[in-house]
Order: sequence, then structure tokens, then C-alpha cells
Amino acid sequence: MSDEGKTMKNIIQNTTQNEQPLEKQKIGFWERNEASGGILLRETIKKYALSIFRALLLFGMCFLILQPIFNKIAVSFMSERDLYDTTVVLIPKHFTFDNYKLTAKLLEYSTSLFNTIWVSALVSIIQVFMCALVGYGFARFDFPFKNFWFFCVLLVIIIPPQTISTSLYLHFHYFDIFGIFKAITGQSLNLRSSMLPYILMCLGCMGLKDGLYIFMIRQYFRGFPYELEEAAYVDGCGTFSTFMKIMLPGAKPILTSCFLFSFVWQWTDSFYTELFLGKIKMLSSEISGIADRLQTYLTLTLGERMVTQAYEQQILATGVIMIIIPLIILYLFVQKQFVESLTTTGVKM
Amino acid sequence: MSKKRIGLTNRRAVTGYLFILPFILGFLLFMVQPLFQSLKMSLSDVNISTSGFAMTWNNFYNYIKAFTIDPEFNRMLATEISTMIYQSLATIVFSFFVAMILNQEFKGRALVRSIFFLAVILSSGVLVGIEYNNSLMAGLKDTIEKQGNSNGITDVLEKILLAGQTNAASEKVFDKLFEIIDSIYDVAMASGIQIIIFLSGLQNISPSMYEAADMEGCTKWESLWKITVPMISPIFLVCWIYTIIDFFMKTDNQIMEKINNVMIVQLNYGFSSAMAWIYFIVVMLLIGISSLIIKKVVYYYE
Repeated sequence: MSDEGKTMKNIIQNTTQNEQPLEKQKIGFWERNEASGGILLRETIKKYALSIFRALLLFGMCFLILQPIFNKIAVSFMSERDLYDTTVVLIPKHFTFDNYKLTAKLLEYSTSLFNTIWVSALVSIIQVFMCALVGYGFARFDFPFKNFWFFCVLLVIIIPPQTISTSLYLHFHYFDIFGIFKAITGQSLNLRSSMLPYILMCLGCMGLKDGLYIFMIRQYFRGFPYELEEAAYVDGCGTFSTFMKIMLPGAKPILTSCFLFSFVWQWTDSFYTELFLGKIKMLSSEISGIADRLQTYLTLTLGERMVTQAYEQQILATGVIMIIIPLIILYLFVQKQFVESLTTTGVKM
Repeated sequence: MSKKRIGLTNRRAVTGYLFILPFILGFLLFMVQPLFQSLKMSLSDVNISTSGFAMTWNNFYNYIKAFTIDPEFNRMLATEISTMIYQSLATIVFSFFVAMILNQEFKGRALVRSIFFLAVILSSGVLVGIEYNNSLMAGLKDTIEKQGNSNGITDVLEKILLAGQTNAASEKVFDKLFEIIDSIYDVAMASGIQIIIFLSGLQNISPSMYEAADMEGCTKWESLWKITVPMISPIFLVCWIYTIIDFFMKTDNQIMEKINNVMIVQLNYGFSSAMAWIYFIVVMLLIGISSLIIKKVVYYYE
């Protein structure tokens, strides 16, 4: 830029010293530059340099995020031979779908994918609806001890579920309400193998990161105009139907974001899944045991054979790709609303 | 309608309580109760039988065991806490920096934004743990480094910078710094939500402030320190707490692994909840102290 600038400058100086400028637009810049004593040129160079620097930086950071995915995709298409071949870096020499077939078998992909979809969808719908109720209550009503309860919401965000996991585990293993079941059947209920405890927890806003959703939704409702609500009340709408008909549709952007967060986090969550949904085959719990299953599978089919670590990692990479592909497809569809709603209206602290 | 009339304020209060009732019930049943139970468990021996479980008080034996008898718990706690502190600091700085860039106007901003938010998806749940244990990539890197006989950029830099240094303290600082740079991938993946929070904070600053500062001859650098940082300082606090908790709950956390292992494999419920409580209290103290310090510097505009 600067070299070019100097030569250009000379040419312009030579040609335009005696003549009138022919193309006003082009020459205008240099004239203005001279008039400003070189500041304009310096500023322009600075501007371009900054944007080039920024582009490089952003490219690097995007690469940092995307590279592992590309790497995994590449590895997942390689045959085992390619892993030991040092000339193969990204493009597989022996292209194969075998990894996908094997991983699908090991993960029991169709069953667990189906389970994961409906469990995640159900859980996130319940979570978002309950959190919207509670968030609305906090944003719009005045009642005694409101600050105390809101402090409890913050506490829920802060207290990690791991602290109470031990007792939750036992709590649901020997579930009982005031000893009623024990009196009737002589034994407490073991609820741990069903989905019920988790649904109950979500209904009570104690699911995965529910405190955060309550907080976000409350902040959104607080900035919502009062007039709409008042108009609804004047027209004879009850409190609950006002909430359902006026407030919920109005809060669509934040509800979408919360739903997406909840869906994605539920999809990949292993903590609650292992604690409560042990019997249901879910992708996140299947993937963590995939290495062992690969070993058993290979011993069963091929007899005595140790799984090399590289091969194990390859299957794991394929599994990860298979888990995140549905999420990425979902993300591509709703990406625009998601990003816009979060950055413009979303999290206001 | 001959009953006593309830005023509008009271009626609103009752409706408000009805709205937050699910939360209150859930909080009492699934948070307060288990919390107390786990505290009780941590103070006693837990015996499991088919009909239920019994607890006997054992004079803080679980806590004493965690600190004095268990060979690895103290060391794990120290490493995890120190990693937590410097990684959280790095995450905050990184996400603020990225949010500043993403807040500017440039071509392809939507694309870059969506890639950064993709990190939110990719850094959740099991996927983190898998990434962490990815020995294939680590192995590949090792072989490449050996074959090419080249070192990482940070290694080279470290050698250059430390060549003339004999001071032990500065060496340590550099070591930590390079450790952070080496773990930039973890930091980038962990800062998805923080970037969103900072970004929404940045967009809430009214542009007229910057205009006014510009008119008065304030440079960009000055307006960064005089406008952006004070205006966004409450969000620093929020992000800091969020980052620490996020780190606390990560699945690849050594202590959490140990706690789960003790609980599920060894069935030692008392000891595992004692460890969970120690960890929890240490982190709470950390959050409390640091937010008190940060609160001193935070500037509230309204």
C-alpha cells in the first residue's frame, strides 16, 4: 500500500502540477491528503492495517474452533492403515465408510438417537415452560420475600448439582413421600431407573441449568412494556391467560434461545443422564462407554485382538461426529434467530 | 361474594406466589432437602441395605480422612483451584477481547459470530471430556514434533525469553503465561457464553457516549478505558462467577471424577459427599472473596 502510494503520488504530482484534474474522484484522495498534510494517508493505512490484522486474528480463532471438527471428519473417513501412514495428514488415502458403520452399531445409533431426540425435546420444553412461568412471576408481581426467593434462584445457579448428586441418588433410589409407600408395600420405591425423577425435577425448575434460564427470562420480561398486559386485563383476560396469550408469544426470542440452550446441553449432558436415565439408551451415555464396547465387539468377532489406541480414538472421533451432526444441522436452521436474539435482546444483566 | 374483600395488591401477591410456586416446591424438595441430607451424610457412615440406608455419626472422620489420610485429595484440590483461577482469568480476558472485536462492523461478521457460538455447542457435556482425553491427536503431535525436529512456537519463545533470566519468580510467571497460551483451545471453547454476555453488555452502552468522547478529542484507547470498561464492569463480575462455576462443573475435572468414582464404584457415600462439600466450600469462598474485591471496583451507571 505505501509503496504503491508513493509511486502513485509521484505520477500524480508530475501529471497534475500544471493540468486540471481529469477524474475528480480518483485524484481527490491525494489532493485531500496533501491538504491535510499526510494525515489522511496515514489514517487510511492505519485503518486497512487494523482490518487486516483483525481479519487474520479472527481467521486464526475460527480455525482454532473448527480445526478439531475438520480433523475428526477427516479421521473418521480413513481406514485403519492410514492412521499409521505419516504421509496421510488430512485427506484419507483409503476412503471408507466402515468406521461409521461400526460406530453406528456400537452406539446403537438409531435407538439412542431417537431416545435422545425425544428426551431432550421433552425435557427442554418442560424446562422452558416452567422457567417462563417462574421468570414471569419474578418480573411482574410484587409479593413478600420476593428478594429472598430471587436470591434462592441465584443460589441454584451457583450450587453445582454435583454437591447434591450423592443424596439425590439415594433420595430417588429409596423414594418415598412421608413414608406412605413403605406403609403400603413394605418397601420404598426405586425411581432411579425411570424417567420420572428427572421430569419431576424439571417441573420443579431444578433441571440442568434451570436457574440460568429463570434469570434470563426474568430479565427479558422486565424490559417488556406494561401496556400490553394492562390492555389485556382491561379487556377481561385473566392473569394466566394473559401470560399464555400475550406474554409467551411476546417473549419468543428469549424462549427460543433458552430452548436451544436447554436442548443442546441436554443432548450432550452426561451428569444427569447417568444419574437418572441409566436405563434409557442415550447418545451421551453410549459414547462414554464406547471404548470398552469396541474391545468386546472385536474380541467377539475377531477373537484375541487388542484394540490399538489409535483405532479406539478413531472410533471415538467418528462417534463424536455422529453425535454433533444433528446439533449442527439444527444450529444451521435456527442460527440466525439464535444469534440475533441473543445479541440484541437476549441476555441483559 | 360476601367474603372479606382482598385488595388488588394482595391478590397480585397471591398470583405471584402461584407463578413461582413450582420453583419454591422444586427448591425445597430437590435442593434444600438433598443439600441437608448430603451434609448429614458427609458427617456420618452410610450403610446401604435393601430397605433403605442408615447413617451413624462419626465425628468428622470423613473430613479428616479427606485431608490427612487420602493420598491425592489435597494435591488434587490445590492443582484444580490454581488451574481454575488462571484459566478463568484467561477466559474473561479472552472473551472480552473477542466480544470487542465481534461488536465492530466488518464483512462476514455474521459468519464469525456463528462460528464462535458454535463453540457453545461443541464445548458442552461429554464432548469436553472426550476432547480432553484425545490421545490420538496428542500422539500425532508428538510424532510430528519429533520427526520435524521443531518445537512449538511457545517453546521457542520461552527459550528466547528465559535465556537471560535467572530469576526464579519471573520464570514461574512466564511458565504460567505459556501454559495459558498453550491451553488457548480450552479457553476459546470455554468462553462461548461469556462472549454472548459481554456482547449484549457492549450493545447496551449508548453510542452517544462515544460520540461525545470523540467530540472532546478522546482517542479510541482512552474511550476504551474511560467508557467501555466502567460501563461493562458489572458484567465482569457476572462473567467471573459464571466462569468459575462452569469450571467447577466440568466433567473432566479431576476432583469431580474422584467424587463420582468413590460414590458409584466404591459406594462410599459419606466420604464422597464430604469431598464434595470441601470442594464446594473452597469454591464458594473463592467466589465470595473475589466478588467482594471486584465489587469495590465495579461502577454502576444507574
